[in-house]
Amino acid sequence: MAQMTMIQAITDAMRTELKNDENVLVFGEDVGQNGGVFRATEGLQKEFGEERVFDTPLAESGITGLAIGLGLTGFRPVMEIQFFGFLFETMDGIAGQMSRMRYRSGGHYHSPITIRSPFGGGVKTPELHADSLEGLMAQTPGIKVVIPSTPYDAKGLLISAIRDNDPVIFLEHMKLYRSFREEVPEEEYTIEIGKADIKREGKDVTIVTYGAMVHTALRAADQLEEEGIDAEIVDLRTISPLDVETVIESVKKTNRAIVVQEAQRQAGIAANVSAEISERAILHLEAPVMRVTAPDTVYAFAEVEDEWIPGEEDIIEKVKASLDF
Amino acid sequence: MPEKRLQEIESKFEMFQILNEKGEIVNEAAMPDLSDDELVELMERMVYTRIWDQRAISLNRQGRLGFYAPVAGQEASMLGSQFALDKKDWILPGYRDIPQIVWHGLPLYQAFLYSRGHFGGGQIPEDVNVLMPQIIIGAQIVQTAGVALGLKRKGKENIAITYTGDGGASQGDFYEGINFAGAYQAPAVFVVQNNQFAISVPVEQQSAAKTIAQKSVAAGIRGVMVDGMDVLAVYKATKDAREEALKGNGPTLIETYCYRYGPHTMAGDDPTRYRTADLDDEWERKDPLVRFRTLLESKGLWSEEKENEVMERAKEDVKNAIKQADDTPKQKVTELIEFMYESLPDSLEEQWEEYKKKESK
Repeated sequence: MAQMTMIQAITDAMRTELKNDENVLVFGEDVGQNGGVFRATEGLQKEFGEERVFDTPLAESGITGLAIGLGLTGFRPVMEIQFFGFLFETMDGIAGQMSRMRYRSGGHYHSPITIRSPFGGGVKTPELHADSLEGLMAQTPGIKVVIPSTPYDAKGLLISAIRDNDPVIFLEHMKLYRSFREEVPEEEYTIEIGKADIKREGKDVTIVTYGAMVHTALRAADQLEEEGIDAEIVDLRTISPLDVETVIESVKKTNRAIVVQEAQRQAGIAANVSAEISERAILHLEAPVMRVTAPDTVYAFAEVEDEWIPGEEDIIEKVKASLDF
Repeated sequence: MPEKRLQEIESKFEMFQILNEKGEIVNEAAMPDLSDDELVELMERMVYTRIWDQRAISLNRQGRLGFYAPVAGQEASMLGSQFALDKKDWILPGYRDIPQIVWHGLPLYQAFLYSRGHFGGGQIPEDVNVLMPQIIIGAQIVQTAGVALGLKRKGKENIAITYTGDGGASQGDFYEGINFAGAYQAPAVFVVQNNQFAISVPVEQQSAAKTIAQKSVAAGIRGVMVDGMDVLAVYKATKDAREEALKGNGPTLIETYCYRYGPHTMAGDDPTRYRTADLDDEWERKDPLVRFRTLLESKGLWSEEKENEVMERAKEDVKNAIKQADDTPKQKVTELIEFMYESLPDSLEEQWEEYKKKESK
């Protein structure tokens, strides 16, 4: 087994599928010659040729249209949106077109497309790069949304996404790209889309989260442990469709739930998770479900983003509020 | 200097015409290689489509059809271009472009199901390469670049053709689509049916460009402006564009200069608010059926008897297609749920069960 960063695991997943299936194509702005602005596609054009891994003109709606058309002619496109804030440029392409192909044709056509895109705060980007827009996508029927938190999960989930016959948005948190390494098998393996993972077992409180917040929650859990509080961390991994079962099982065990997201508060994933818990496990709760989120502003200016993004202290405070309720 | 260059470019986009308003061949050299049978077939399709359009309007008024965008006036533009295609070419239509996809193989009753808002309208038969009519103006244009690139990469001897209107040529997706197809030299043909009005807004207000065809220049692809009321010119321009695409010479933008006689759609549009009766008259004198009929009659290929026979056939077919649409089972919400993903996620499984219960009451 090799030690890989998340970005290496992502490249490895694409390489695996480019090898496995000649219909897999990888494309986007700067993904060919340059290997991607984060080097996620490093070496892939050289290895698989310009017909399989290629640059596109600079237009997000065009890239999405290209993917839809290639999907209709038998290809399995893996397209990149260079930063997920550029989603707005192709909102129709994804939410109005790609996600509806199967539905609109009564099951005749489909879009076997993976959309990879970096997102997430903490790396001082200019505006419209770091935004957590996964909630918009989760509210779009016909599309799946995957957000890995570790290199191991990233590889297995990306291979599953590429093999999926429905469109999958695969969001890569920029702060996690190179923040740590872990053991990642060099051979292929898949992780089922739509299944959460318990990243830390505990008995006192359930913290439900995803993406970079998994690591913030893990750090908070370490501190809580010192005070004798044993937190369980559920990493959703897929936010649409949601693995409600794993969340509910955990809550039934701990009787308390905190839902943490980097995104703003209103109408987000945390609100949805909170509603599911309330509907399905209310009698198991010793305290209200509480949320830790960013405030409902536009994504923070870089200078102040570390204060804007939820931190360990915010999580610890809510956990204690739940325990003291 | 830049001003002069612009004028020079614009002056290059003259109207391509073969058959004039009087039914005379004015460009013998460009005359396409069509047999007498094919000429008759083209006329039959135009007559048939006009009758079907009239019946559709009437069915809509009776509340028996649903969403419908009339096509009269655009028959040459629609059918002449489709006639130049191979059966395995792909069509990505806009919402008005139902005739092309029906003549490409979509059964008429399914077109009616589409109008009624039934998923059966989108269940395209296996051997028919068409997409469902696009509602978002221009979204099909970027997809066409993708289909065309896909056909090229799969080594197919086929093209992708798409249709939009003069308003569609103002959309970002129009520029992105023709630019992508040009960048990849993909075998695509982009038809802009310039019927003069985007609902109510006249084409002069859409752009400072004198023609839509000249927008091809910026994308580095071929462009041609065609008399869209002349079925021979539309056929020839499409045929040429198709052949160039298959030779590896990339896409072509075709502007068909035409007119819709009717309203934008049957959902309450009143063209008298934005068009004069004089303008309507002027365009009706250019009618594509009248001029082509004159030509075919002069060749002894067409008669009133023949025309009546086609009209009767069209009426009969529409009647049968509506009957078939009526006989199609009403769709269920559980079916809609099933069409969301290849296999149902748990969350939708639960919702499916809920509706299943309601449906079995």
